[in-house]
Amino acid sequence: MFDGTPHELPPYAQAIGMEIVDVEGRVCLLKLAYRDDLVGDPDTGVLHGGVITASLDNASGWAVRCHEDWHDGESMATLDIRIDYMKPAVPHQEILIEAQCYKITKYIAFVRGIAFQSSKNDPVATSVAAFMIGTPNAQGANL
Amino acid sequence: MKLLADMRQNNTLDLQAVLDHLPYTRFMGIRVEQRGTEITTIMPFDDKLVGNTNLPAIHGGAIGSFLEITAVIQLLAETSIERFPKTVDISVDYLRSGKPVDTYGTAIVTRLGRRVANVRCELWQEERLKPIAASHGQFLL
Repeated sequence: MFDGTPHELPPYAQAIGMEIVDVEGRVCLLKLAYRDDLVGDPDTGVLHGGVITASLDNASGWAVRCHEDWHDGESMATLDIRIDYMKPAVPHQEILIEAQCYKITKYIAFVRGIAFQSSKNDPVATSVAAFMIGTPNAQGANL
Repeated sequence: MKLLADMRQNNTLDLQAVLDHLPYTRFMGIRVEQRGTEITTIMPFDDKLVGNTNLPAIHGGAIGSFLEITAVIQLLAETSIERFPKTVDISVDYLRSGKPVDTYGTAIVTRLGRRVANVRCELWQEERLKPIAASHGQFLL
C-alpha cells in the first residue's frame, strides 16, 4: 500500500476522482473511477479522451514525486506530454493508470505512463512526458 | 453521435449545444464563440482546475484536455462528420504557467484527409501572443 509522501493529489486530480492505489519504487499506480459526468459520448457512455489525458498527466507528475531523487518542497511543471490512444475505455469500469519516472536529471524528469482496464497488455492509452524541476513556486506568484 | 447527426441533417450545427450535450465538457464549463469561420473556445477559470495550489496554476491535465476539446470543435466546424472524431495521438507543449484566469483556445486543421486529420491548437490567457500551451494531434474521422 501507499506509504510514501503524504501530500494529497492536486485539486483537479481530486475533482475528476483520481486516487492513489500503490507506489512501489519508481512506479506508481493510480485509479480513476467511472463517473457519469466525465463521459464524452452520451450515446455510448465512453469517458472523454480528455479525462484520460488529464489522468495520465497527473499520474506522471505523481511518479516524479515518488522518485528516490525527488526532494520534498521542490516544485515542478509539465514541459510536454505525448499521448497515444489505443482504444476507448469500457464504460462503467474503473481505469488504472501506471506511471514510471525512469530518469531524473538536475532539471528534468522523464516519465512514461499507461492507462488500462483489465490488462496492461491491452492499453487504453500510453504517454511519454518530460517535467521541469525547480520551476518558480512563490506563494501567489500567479495572482 | 445522434445529436450531431440530427444537426447535420437540419443544417443547424450549434457548437455550444454540442459542448453542453457532453457531460465532460459541461463538467469543465467549456464555452465556444464563433464569428464567421473564426472559432474561440473558452475554459472559464474554476478552483477545481488547479494543479498547483501555491502559485496557483491550472493543472496540466485540464490544459491538455481543453486542447483536445478545442481541436475537436474545430474539426466539427470544418467538416460535415456525424461521428465524433477520435483522438489517435496528441502532443502537448506547456509554454507558460496557466494563471487562475479564463483560458482561450484556437485551432487550425493543418491537413484534412479522408480518414485522419492533423490539428494544431494554441491556448492563451491575457495576451494572445503569449501562448500558455500548444498541441498537435491526429484525429480519426
